[in-house]
Amino acid sequence: MSDKFKKHIISVLVENRFGVLAHISSLFSARGFNIDSLTVGETEDSSMSRMTIVVTGDDRTLEQVDKQLNRLIDVIRVDDLTKKGFVDRELVLFKVKVSSANLKKIKEVLRKNKAKVFDEKNETLSVEFCGDSSQVEKLFKEISNYKLREMTRTGKLAIAKEK
Amino acid sequence: MKLSGAQILINSLIKENVEVIFGIPGGCLLPVLDKLYDCKEIQFLLTRHEQGAAHAADGYARATGKVGVCMVTSGPGATNIVTGLATANFDSVPIVAITGQVNTNMIGNDAFQEADLTGITRSVTKHNYLVKDVKDLARIVKEAFYIASTGRPGPVLIDLPKDITLEEIDFNYPKKLNLRSYNPTYEGHPGQIKRAAALISKSRRPVIYAGGGVIISGAEKELIKLAERNGIPVTTTLTGLGGFPEAHPLSLKMLGMHGSAYANYAIMDSDLIIAVGSRFDDRVTGKIDEFAPSAKVIHIDIDPSSISKNVDVDIPIVGDCKSVLSDLNKKINKKPNTSAWLKQIDGWKKTHPLTYEDDNKLHPQYVIEELNKLTKGKAIIATEVGQHQMWAAQFYQHIRPRTFLTSGGLGTMGYGFPAAIGAQVGCPDKLVFDIAGDGSIQMNIQELATVAEYKIPVKILILNNSCLGMVRQWQELFYDKRYQSTPLKNPDFVKIAEGYGVKGIKVTKKQDVIMALKEAIKTPGPVLVDFHVEGEENVFPMVAPGNAINKMMGGLA
Repeated sequence: MSDKFKKHIISVLVENRFGVLAHISSLFSARGFNIDSLTVGETEDSSMSRMTIVVTGDDRTLEQVDKQLNRLIDVIRVDDLTKKGFVDRELVLFKVKVSSANLKKIKEVLRKNKAKVFDEKNETLSVEFCGDSSQVEKLFKEISNYKLREMTRTGKLAIAKEK
Repeated sequence: MKLSGAQILINSLIKENVEVIFGIPGGCLLPVLDKLYDCKEIQFLLTRHEQGAAHAADGYARATGKVGVCMVTSGPGATNIVTGLATANFDSVPIVAITGQVNTNMIGNDAFQEADLTGITRSVTKHNYLVKDVKDLARIVKEAFYIASTGRPGPVLIDLPKDITLEEIDFNYPKKLNLRSYNPTYEGHPGQIKRAAALISKSRRPVIYAGGGVIISGAEKELIKLAERNGIPVTTTLTGLGGFPEAHPLSLKMLGMHGSAYANYAIMDSDLIIAVGSRFDDRVTGKIDEFAPSAKVIHIDIDPSSISKNVDVDIPIVGDCKSVLSDLNKKINKKPNTSAWLKQIDGWKKTHPLTYEDDNKLHPQYVIEELNKLTKGKAIIATEVGQHQMWAAQFYQHIRPRTFLTSGGLGTMGYGFPAAIGAQVGCPDKLVFDIAGDGSIQMNIQELATVAEYKIPVKILILNNSCLGMVRQWQELFYDKRYQSTPLKNPDFVKIAEGYGVKGIKVTKKQDVIMALKEAIKTPGPVLVDFHVEGEENVFPMVAPGNAINKMMGGLA
């Protein structure tokens, strides 16, 4: 068994019911599993919700994550998308402080990364960006020299690729 | 006809063949209690503490195989059953717990006697519900009983707000359930069973390691068949005791920290472990890195999460023990050659029997042995947790399933007495004992009032060593006899019993043990016997924490 700690993207289909999110989050804390991010929303069928959970662990931990999630009565299906092909996206909103000296440069970086400025006030750009993990990483690397004022992220959403 | 939520609850419980509810009333339960007043089908058995009600429901379930039911009020009533739920959850016992709750419009407002029970019990129940609409009530009750008793059983909690019990709608008990997300696997994968059969045929030193799952699924006959046909010795876990008859020549009795030396030697030297309804608990495996180094592992369990959790498994088989063993028995074409192995094990049995000092002193093990002789292993034995529990496991000969009720996983002191009450209510014709310590018995001693009121003929045998014995033993062995907080200054238990109207007998000499036991058995009602046993007796053999299980203390290898 490999001892390598890896990030896994788990897609969990659950009953869209009161208390299900609490059940899942308390399972993760009770079993000592680490959640990197968790998103949840309704699916095409309003009686079901889908959670995308990013979790880090070795193979045995991930096997337990899968089995323990499946034990919950309200969990319909668990998929480790990391084992299949998948597409992931994350939405990031942030504000970056600008001055007349660097405004042009920052805008250029944002434009190249296809990040969209949706507001510009008080020497601050409000920006939205949607991309997969490598694109998000790349953007943050390139703007790391500038002053970020506030940031919020949705956490990863993922869906399996059609075969 | 429209019925109130309270009536719907009771009618639903009747549909589930509930005959007794263990519990304590409270404000939020008043509408339900009022409907119970007219109900002839269900007895409400009043305990004196809610923890007692939860354990009684647990004992009832373990002894009968049916779902145990407890009902308590909101807030403190409900928080008092949390230990009972955790105990049942750990040992896979089917319970439905109904807790009163404040009115739905008051939930979250810090109302009087409000507690967030679904939040509090999330990790100690198999599932829980907060009823928010009376239309859901009947369905929830049906689901609760189904979930509690199927797959890997466990406790299910229904939190029931008072206003829901007063609302009225038409009552229709659902015939079918629609649980798309809950489908336990009962039949084992045929390919895996075939592979397991081949591995068994090839083995030379196989051991069956049977747990509580054997008893829960009623797989005793299939287990005996597997063992006898193939000449495979069987060791059981604490909760598996009674799942394989210990009088059988292939029995190795219990394994693990306080298991028999021969069971531990056998498992460590085995080349194949067939785990059936057990979960490789740390008290069983000892030091995991050194556990059974040359053994391949077949693991049969209905709960996939029990498999490959603590040890790597070669052939996992998810399914019901009874169904899988029955299929497996059909698939083994060639009996393994285990004669040399059985001979070696017989040697260990002769050189390392379970034993204690045979002198004139009153040793606790002697009490258990004599009880075994008098009851011929046919009584139901509940225990508390500690030294007396281990002696009851070691020195009573467990020959039948559902006759040894003990808190194995959680290790709950105070479990045994109320569990014995539940067992006795479920099995009125059986002789039921609670083997207790002087520490444990005081954790639910108030239930003496319950057995007195309802004339429940449970016999309490206290192995009184005036201390919290198991912790004292560890302090003696590993903390240089620094007895911090383990000596107990006890009340006169006989007087306590008599104060409650229960017969009490004190025994201080070895020669009085048999007489006292006979007297207790002969007495029609409840009896408490206080045996003043040797104070510094230890449970041996013992695997010191962190050691491999073949490295035992107590005059052994």
